Amino acid sequence: MTIAAGTSIKIKKTSQPGHIRTPYYIRGKTGVIERSLGEFKNPEQLAYSLPSSLYELYRVRFKMSELWDRDIENPNDTVEAEVFAHWIEEYNNAT
Amino acid sequence: MNERKPGQSWHDMGGSSFGEVPKEDHDFAIWEKRVDALLVLSSAKGHFTVDGLRRALEDMGESAFENMTYYERWISAINQNLIEAGVYTIQELGDKMVEVKQRGQTYGSAQGSEV
Repeated sequence: MTIAAGTSIKIKKTSQPGHIRTPYYIRGKTGVIERSLGEFKNPEQLAYSLPSSLYELYRVRFKMSELWDRDIENPNDTVEAEVFAHWIEEYNNAT
Repeated sequence: MNERKPGQSWHDMGGSSFGEVPKEDHDFAIWEKRVDALLVLSSAKGHFTVDGLRRALEDMGESAFENMTYYERWISAINQNLIEAGVYTIQELGDKMVEVKQRGQTYGSAQGSEV
């Protein structure tokens, strides 16, 4: 099931070892689905030359003020990151 | 550099302070271009993907990031993946390195292109 654009979501906050493409600074943070980018093989499998099924990849938008606990120049600026579905916790549907 | 948080891998540097971004351009040596080409070739032949390259780079640890240049780290990671993929054995690699070293001290002589 594809999560609709505009949906508020939260990124899972886990820190297991291994090759992970989800940057640490967005883990546990809340963002908004900007769009689905389609399905791709999982780098967490590919990195070890293991076969992978397809996972939905999303572009997720975060406000700077959500990401950093220090002072930021422009808190309303946004950062977009590409995040696989298995790192996303659906949070609440804003649409 | 900022303190890493618990569970944050050394390479996962997003948000750390590194000062000004250097803006000057630089040329690449011929061997560096060849390392780059080797990754393209290895991927095209299906030996491994850029994900495998990144995994090996990350597993090298922070000291490699400080002590090796960018393409030194790349060739090390490419080698790791090619051995894992069974493209050549460690024994074959060792024999080849001896053979190449015997060709001479300069890059040109090692290539066999220097008289």
